[in-house]
Amino acid sequence: MRELITLHVNGERHEVAVLLHHTLLEVLREDMGLIGTKHGCELGECGACTVLLDGVPVLSCLTLPVEVQENEITTIEGLEEHGKLHPLQETFAELGAAQCGYCTPGILLSGVALLQTHPHPTREQMKDFLAGNLCRCTGYTKIYAAVDAAAQRMAGGDPANVHPQVEVAHE
Amino acid sequence: MLRLPPFRYLAPRRLDDAAHMLVQEGEQAMLVAGGTDLYPNMKRRQFTPPVLIGLQAVAALKSISGSPEEGMRLGAGVTLATLANHPLLMQLYPALATAAGSVSTPQLRNAGTIGGNLLLDTRCNYYNQTEFWRHSIGYCMKKDGDVCLVAPGSPRCWAISSADTAPVLVSLDAQARLLSVRGERIVPVRALFRDDGMHPYTKAADEILTEIILPPAAGWRSVYLKLRRRGSFDFPILGVAVALRTAENGTVADARIVLGAVASHPVEATDAARLLIGQQLVPEVIAEVATVAARRAKPLDNADLTINYRKQITPVFIRRALASFA
Amino acid sequence: MNKLQAESGKTVQAYNVIGTPRPKVDAYAKVTGRALYADDIHLPRMLYGKLLRSPHAHARILSIDTRRAAELPGVLAVLTGADLPQKFGILPSSQDEHALAIDKVRYVGDPVAAVAALDPDILDEACKLIDVEYEVLPALMSIDEALAHPEVKINDEARIGNIHKAVSYEFGEIDAAFAAADYIREDWFYYEGNNHAPLETHACVAQWEPNPSDPVGGKLTLWSSTQTPHYVHRELSKVLGVPQSHIRVIAPHVGGGFGGKSDPFSHEICACELSRRTGRPVKITCTREEVFLIHRGRHPVKMWIKTGVRRDGTLLAMHFRSFLDGGAYGSYGLASTYYTGALQTVTYKLPCYKFEGMRLFTNKPPCGPKRGHGTTQPRYALEVHLDKLAHDLNIDPVELRRHNLIEPNTRTVNGLRVTSCALDECLAQAIERSGWNAFQARKNATDAPPLRRGMGIAASSYICGAGKPIYWNNLPHSAVQIRLDRGGGVTVYCGATDIGQGSTSVLAAIAAEVLGIQPERIHLETADTTLTPVDLGSYSSRVTFMAGNAALAAAHKLQQQLFAVVAEHLHVPAERLHAANDGIYDEDDPGIMLPFAQAVQLAEARFGALVAAGSYTPPEDIHGDYKGAGVGPSPAYSYSVCVAQVAVDEETGEITVEKLWLAHDVGLALNPLLVAGQVEGGAYMGYGEAVMEQQVFRKGRHKIPSLLDYKLATTIDTPEIETILIEIPDREGPFGGKEAGQGPLNPVIPAIANAVYNAIGVRIDEVPITPDKVLKALKTLSQGKGTGLQPTHSPSPWPTRLITWQPEEDLVADGQRTGPVSVRGGES
Repeated sequence: MRELITLHVNGERHEVAVLLHHTLLEVLREDMGLIGTKHGCELGECGACTVLLDGVPVLSCLTLPVEVQENEITTIEGLEEHGKLHPLQETFAELGAAQCGYCTPGILLSGVALLQTHPHPTREQMKDFLAGNLCRCTGYTKIYAAVDAAAQRMAGGDPANVHPQVEVAHE
Repeated sequence: MLRLPPFRYLAPRRLDDAAHMLVQEGEQAMLVAGGTDLYPNMKRRQFTPPVLIGLQAVAALKSISGSPEEGMRLGAGVTLATLANHPLLMQLYPALATAAGSVSTPQLRNAGTIGGNLLLDTRCNYYNQTEFWRHSIGYCMKKDGDVCLVAPGSPRCWAISSADTAPVLVSLDAQARLLSVRGERIVPVRALFRDDGMHPYTKAADEILTEIILPPAAGWRSVYLKLRRRGSFDFPILGVAVALRTAENGTVADARIVLGAVASHPVEATDAARLLIGQQLVPEVIAEVATVAARRAKPLDNADLTINYRKQITPVFIRRALASFA
Repeated sequence: MNKLQAESGKTVQAYNVIGTPRPKVDAYAKVTGRALYADDIHLPRMLYGKLLRSPHAHARILSIDTRRAAELPGVLAVLTGADLPQKFGILPSSQDEHALAIDKVRYVGDPVAAVAALDPDILDEACKLIDVEYEVLPALMSIDEALAHPEVKINDEARIGNIHKAVSYEFGEIDAAFAAADYIREDWFYYEGNNHAPLETHACVAQWEPNPSDPVGGKLTLWSSTQTPHYVHRELSKVLGVPQSHIRVIAPHVGGGFGGKSDPFSHEICACELSRRTGRPVKITCTREEVFLIHRGRHPVKMWIKTGVRRDGTLLAMHFRSFLDGGAYGSYGLASTYYTGALQTVTYKLPCYKFEGMRLFTNKPPCGPKRGHGTTQPRYALEVHLDKLAHDLNIDPVELRRHNLIEPNTRTVNGLRVTSCALDECLAQAIERSGWNAFQARKNATDAPPLRRGMGIAASSYICGAGKPIYWNNLPHSAVQIRLDRGGGVTVYCGATDIGQGSTSVLAAIAAEVLGIQPERIHLETADTTLTPVDLGSYSSRVTFMAGNAALAAAHKLQQQLFAVVAEHLHVPAERLHAANDGIYDEDDPGIMLPFAQAVQLAEARFGALVAAGSYTPPEDIHGDYKGAGVGPSPAYSYSVCVAQVAVDEETGEITVEKLWLAHDVGLALNPLLVAGQVEGGAYMGYGEAVMEQQVFRKGRHKIPSLLDYKLATTIDTPEIETILIEIPDREGPFGGKEAGQGPLNPVIPAIANAVYNAIGVRIDEVPITPDKVLKALKTLSQGKGTGLQPTHSPSPWPTRLITWQPEEDLVADGQRTGPVSVRGGES
């Protein structure tokens, strides 16, 4: 039997009829149409399903919706505001930090949380904060560049000043 | 998609309600806090409790209090992330902060609790597999089968104690507060464990772990080293927790060496620790103590890397842990 | 066809779009969560499906009873092998798979039945209610076991015992060459199998739409996370008995493939059949464990290599033997077998070469193509072997390579045509950027016991697309269609499948460059067998080269039409026209210009609807004319050099790879951002294979089918990667471009192995190089013993006819560079 619960997702209040044993991952994707949150293992072993709970990254595949009715849930869909992208989304796109894009929603949310608490993260801090998000495509290299660039942009740096780091040397 | 089996979910707000529910629902109920150990196991059908009693809403489990003089009290529901970054913990009981901070990943630590980690289900790579996998091999003694697959002739289960905080809490001589409808009791953390992969805890089925009590630091220093393949996600293949107190002249006044992930329970190398008393922490002493302590580790082939390797590494890690105090 | 290349004198700066770092065309969809992947698709009345898989490594199926499952409320259809008797397989020469097993199961995980239900929560129970009676058979779990027990026949494709395929070639006078050698060395190596582990598991949604007035009965659409919609299209038609004209295969966004999504799969076929039987859409999403069981990953290979050299290090002869552990079915395995012997000759000059390869069946998930496809393992063997040779001869390992490097525009002894090659430049740049000379000069200076540091180097090469298609045909390998709308819109259609590498962006960039428009204007339709012309798929690093050339051809046709009308309109000779910045203008007087949309209208008025198609087929003369010569040839080869710096803890055996330098000859980087991304991703994956990834088995089944136990490198583990892009435009690549998706992975593993030797003086001749092996090797070193790698028990004589072949004399080298050299570098 489904139970009616209330979830606060991306600043909106939703009443959802859920089966209690369906995880937040399943409810977001299958009951609420929010397919931006991905899944790679459903066991907490990859980080693809990361969402923010009151700004803190957690694994939606191991979260029960009934337990988080008082919390503010942020999914990838909630990062942009009225079509304006979060600076980290911008720099991810500009600097090639998303290849297949499957880890991207989860790693963006972890990255956003990082920038909230560490506005100018060192490379070590980036690695530690993103240590729970596996990426199979990028080697993480351009992800660090994007986090760095977003930090600059959020600190008031000129958006146009952020350039991909590919130098050209001619003979 | 791997999915949870169906269950009824109860969410008490008060500890005594939780204790009563546990008795009312009986054997069919399991407690859950962060769920980061239980839910994966439920998805793989190691557990299929018809009733879950969730402790997330019990505020009393989330408190932290204490001081250098009094020691500390950690609610069992405090998250590993909170502990890893807690200034007092990092200052007075650094090994615990290290251990908590080494568990899995940031996301998991934001939900996983100290209570959950201390009472972590024992692990084995014949057991922590999907239902399909376990069915294909005919199950094992710990769940649905009769034989221990890593030691087929053995009458007992050899699943491994895999919590990072467990050996540390034993080395710090911590205590655990347990609550049930029958009352409350406080036991040394070391008494919580049983050398049995299937029934590794002495906590009764109707008891709730509510609090970890740390004695005053009083000069004790502590360190935790974790062997694993990767820098995150992985459980310990070996955990070495050392706590010691030195006298004015630099000799060791008291010491505890506890090994994690080498048996079904945290293993105290008491003989080895005793050898340290009155000694200076010089390389020859460290090497000898490490060799003696390492003998307590008898790994089986049910975890990552080879048995031989894990045996060889054990004295190295113990040496390094001891050397960090010198 | 390729007028816009460097030969015409234009340098990279002359292009507006090509050569500039730009966001991928789908970047914004991906960073906002809008991009749809297969499991994101929800259709009305959709059912959920699941496959029941074999619990036995090898067993006969005595009976299957699905009655109880079919009667479970909510279950709408159940299938068994009897419902899908038509065999299939990716290669025409090994059609050995059934969608669902009929007589036998051959590995733990082999699909046996399929169910469709209203509710995903009852799928497990439904599968449990399918009663299968098995007669368990002995299982063979390794190359040696497979060879030792021919009486336990796993797969009927094998003519002799469990030998799926054996090949034997000799090029040049090999015995004489060995006899003339000053020094001969032999080595054994073993490369363990590993999995692609894309972050998105395999998933598909099938939808059958009945049409009673159609003799065929209806039409089928399949959305699937696949790299090869065209090949899936063909096999679906064959197995389901539905003509290809009535099947549409669409690849939505794909969350990584790396070769693991290049076969037609049981779950795709079953989803289609379940949809046909229920009249409703059916989704099947595989679990992570199933990805490990579906596999099609890197073959475990045991390799033996013997080379003869002159005292100065000149390679005279090489004899290479590979033994592949193929798993239970063919997949791409026949091609993999050839690949383990094909590319030894395109990196170094090798006048005489003998190759013997053998693929065995075992009771494990089938192996297939993984990034590098069969060339990764021998590259490791060759580059470590060369390092050992250098050591034996007291020659610097860099010099030994330099001395033997293949030159551009040559034909190899096994008939492969090498055109552009900037390997010497890659070597020079990698050496310089890494500070190799300074490091080796003061080696051990940075050691901090128990940590010891070392640097290792390796060179490699890879194909830019397989010269031959998977099934024999004389049709183009890739085609692109472009439509110009009178409103100024541009639509590009191509079957090429973007799996994250950016193939769609390459198409957009090429069309945009030629038509003189912003790539963001372009609408791309890709990977849809109904809408898009055939591209064979995203495998063998073919897409930039082949689809790129097809796009060039199509865009060029439209450019001609536009220039013709604009020339008339502006009274400017067509040769002086140039398209850029959304307009077409006189090069001599840029003020004289017509905006793009107006040009389109003029052209449509003149020529009718503006639609053009371009195709690409590789040249014919790029291979030898012997059986099996079809694997290895490519219209071009990319080249890579990796330098690895490691720190080894001598007490624990743990290896920290501190940095990887990757110099990659990409011809020309159409989008340097995407190329660098591929180099870094390849380096990351090579690193993982070198130190921690392994598809291993115990007691007849996969030991570690989870992302916790199968180790993927996290941010903490992954080394710093520095990318150096080398550009000598290839005369046949689009704008001179070559591949970057697979080549950079190969040299990483041997570079790390060589670095470990440089650090601690031990050789680990097995991959992955794990801490336990390091400690063991250190112990054996101190005892003065060898590596302990046992040779494979191999049949004698070699079980197939020896083919000898010589290239003809008229294929000569001209040694000329075709364009300016440019070098790009990127700090990580």
